[in-house]
Amino acid sequence: MSATPVETAPASAELPAPEALEHVIEQALATATRAGASAAEATASAALGLSASVRMGEVETLEHHRRRDLSITVFFGQRTGSASTTDFREAAVAEAVEAACRIARFTAEDPYSGLPERERLASTFPDLDLYHPWALDAEGAIDLALACEGAAREQPGITNSEGAGIDTHAGVIALGNTHGFLASERGSRHSIGCAVIGGEGDAMQRDFWHTVARAADDLEPAVDVGRRAAARTLARLGARQIATTECPVLFAPEMARSLIGHLVGAVRGSALYREASFLKDRLGEAIFPAFVRLHEQPHRPRALGSCAFDREGVATAARDLVRDGVLQGYVLDTYAARRLGMATTANAGGVHNLTLEPGEASFDELVARMERGLIVTEMMGQGVNTVTGDYSRGAAGYWVEDGAISHPVQEITVAGRLQDMYAGIVALGNDLDTRSSIRTPSILIDRMTIAGS
Amino acid sequence: MTRQAIDIAHDHLLAPAGLETGSLERVLDRMLGHAVDAGDLYFQSARHETWVLEDGIVREGSHGTERGVGVRAMAGERTGFAYADDIELPALEQAAGAARAIARAGQSGRVAAWQSAPRAALYPAIDPLATLSDDDKVELLATCDRVARAADPAVRQVIASLAGVHEVVLVAASDGTLSADVRPLVRLNVAVIAERNGRREQGGAGGGGRCGYEWLVTQDKACEYAQEAVRQALVNLEAEDAPAGTLPVVLGAGWPGVLLHEAVGHGLEGDFNRKGTSAFSGRIGERVAAPGCTVVDDGTLPGRRGSLTVDDEGTASACNTLIEDGILVGYMQDRLNARLSGNAPTGNGRRESYAHLPMPRMTNTYMRNGEHDPGEIIASVKDGLYAVNFGGGQVDITSGKFVFSASEAYRIENGRITTPVRGATLIGNGAEALTRISMVGNDLALDPGIGMCGKEGQSVPVGVGQPTLKLDGITVGGTATG
Repeated sequence: MSATPVETAPASAELPAPEALEHVIEQALATATRAGASAAEATASAALGLSASVRMGEVETLEHHRRRDLSITVFFGQRTGSASTTDFREAAVAEAVEAACRIARFTAEDPYSGLPERERLASTFPDLDLYHPWALDAEGAIDLALACEGAAREQPGITNSEGAGIDTHAGVIALGNTHGFLASERGSRHSIGCAVIGGEGDAMQRDFWHTVARAADDLEPAVDVGRRAAARTLARLGARQIATTECPVLFAPEMARSLIGHLVGAVRGSALYREASFLKDRLGEAIFPAFVRLHEQPHRPRALGSCAFDREGVATAARDLVRDGVLQGYVLDTYAARRLGMATTANAGGVHNLTLEPGEASFDELVARMERGLIVTEMMGQGVNTVTGDYSRGAAGYWVEDGAISHPVQEITVAGRLQDMYAGIVALGNDLDTRSSIRTPSILIDRMTIAGS
Repeated sequence: MTRQAIDIAHDHLLAPAGLETGSLERVLDRMLGHAVDAGDLYFQSARHETWVLEDGIVREGSHGTERGVGVRAMAGERTGFAYADDIELPALEQAAGAARAIARAGQSGRVAAWQSAPRAALYPAIDPLATLSDDDKVELLATCDRVARAADPAVRQVIASLAGVHEVVLVAASDGTLSADVRPLVRLNVAVIAERNGRREQGGAGGGGRCGYEWLVTQDKACEYAQEAVRQALVNLEAEDAPAGTLPVVLGAGWPGVLLHEAVGHGLEGDFNRKGTSAFSGRIGERVAAPGCTVVDDGTLPGRRGSLTVDDEGTASACNTLIEDGILVGYMQDRLNARLSGNAPTGNGRRESYAHLPMPRMTNTYMRNGEHDPGEIIASVKDGLYAVNFGGGQVDITSGKFVFSASEAYRIENGRITTPVRGATLIGNGAEALTRISMVGNDLALDPGIGMCGKEGQSVPVGVGQPTLKLDGITVGGTATG
């Protein structure tokens, strides 16, 4: 059955115009200047969304989202303070500016603080095709979620469900500073996800699948998402622990993403100037085998991590972070760059479509090549030390014998040191996962320690 | 709940918009005209600040303000939800209209007369941000830096942060519940990087609770946390590879109670059990831990980080026994899951903010004391691991597999604590791990007030605790296979 909701509107109906947010920013910057700030920057964002979830064929939740946020940073010479508010009324904005100014009276002079250099700010704004609001009403969202979960639950062996959900969001972000920079960008993001359970009692297993894109047309069909979630769950039934061993490990693309995420954590400016990184002083050195290329593509149309400027207004540009296995640069914002005596890499707010260039082999070919070892399809826990590179995480996946999957595996850990894991990459898949701002194919590593029984 | 909290909430949340409890009643009444079983309004204002020291200077500070109202309508198993970040009648009515669309127009209910559960507040109704001057906040962080750097020449970096939240909430529900809570929350953290002979390691310590900042000064917590962070970093500089495989593990008292949070806590939340998706579903009355193990979730501890005078649905918090002498006796419930499963709410309905739906969550989860002296427990292990500090953990509710990562651990050889080992993740099976507890210490300790729990994208502050415990076997994810 399905609900027959009334009184709901498409998610994008009331999204404020970019000019409205730009006006809030101008007001905040002017207030800061009047309060005596020598410089200031402000970011305003607003988003509208609709989430629908169903479970066991029934509507479970329908959520209407409407968020907005203003943050302001003020500089009094080399002292800084910042504040945020969800209230855009003039008095509330003035209060936030005042709070930021008050903090700046108590922070210390920091020679590295300040706005980005004027010439680094974005001056051209390519159309990145990021805004595709989905005219989906609550009923439509519920129908899609029902189709998704239904496709999963009709698979023999699926015994229970955590449900399926649809999310659609459209937002606008505006950014300005007292260098005269003022720009805004609109974007949308939609997703469909499903998680189902197979087996009973102690033998229960759960897995999920999801699709996410800027435009509804680019999503995987809801029915495919459901079927894939079911297939993943069913494949895990009968999982067991294996004995402690050392062997090659193949990380599925969505797991490989976290390995590149740890790299980003280690070449981030704050980790470097705090000397809290195992990759400190490795710039210009080979940290991967020569066939590895890691590049940032901020202007890729419709991609999830695309943007013309970073969270400081600095113009983004394509670049190689790793070329021929050699570390070419760091992930810096203006502050960290100044502390390191370098130039910002336009990464205030994160990386923009950081892509591990895929290899030639399909996932199955990598399995065959591995011959005997572990495929990791799920990881649990934190267990990663960016200071030392020590790596130890809970995992689940499949044991491979004679180049083919033998049985599902659970209740094990995979451990090593990240520097050895990066250097030990022997092959990359051709199966790039684009569902994040970090895009990775599957990664085959020559040897890790597996702890089990 | 004290009269004071409801007055403060009225002044903070309703009065600026010209709202009275009568206007809330009308909004809820209209919602019940839509075949809605129950509805609630959650008003919240929060002010928070963070000050950060690094490189010997406080170079960053931030302040934030959030206010809004979340409106929820429930019909059977369905929930409609909308929120507004203006607390004003038109925005409230618009959100209520969107939320009640989950149900068809139909019979009409009636909001019950307002009633507030009598409840003494578990923490003072103060604004913690105002309990210390900004100069003194900066000085507190500077003390952390001085103490840490003076503690050992190996210390290279000190990062200290001070954070405070002043939160005021008011819940009005269609069953007549009218509850308010003023919730202070503070936290001080110190992280250090130490370097010796080209090797770098980190250490960290911190604490806090639902109170003002002043005790951090009067109890010299800056000094304590700085020294503890340095001690951990220096221990880690000596650490060798951790073992890989299944072996006996002794967990220290206090924060290692994250074991309970992951191994059994999440699996005993009412939503998973109503849906039958937890490894603990339908197992009330069964043995899930060794005899002598009693685990409670207790939201009533005065001033603790995970405590709540009333939860985010207006239900008074409680000390709920989850496992008694090894037998599973109860789940944690919010109102929706309690109603649908025929149970009473347990005061565990929590939400990150007005923009999030409540769900069953933990408060302070700990194991009660046993009878063994901690020294006796260590002495009983021939070859094993002694783990005393942990990072976070995670659990797969359905399979019951859980992990938690040690950040300070030692080998136990012939009943004695010997070499420190590198951080390693421990992995186990929730329904089984606690049955392998063979000794429970008599040294129950709660964590210092640093826990944050994430579930379905929502974060809430929590506490954990336990006495020293011996697990006869659990898988340790080190790299040393020899």
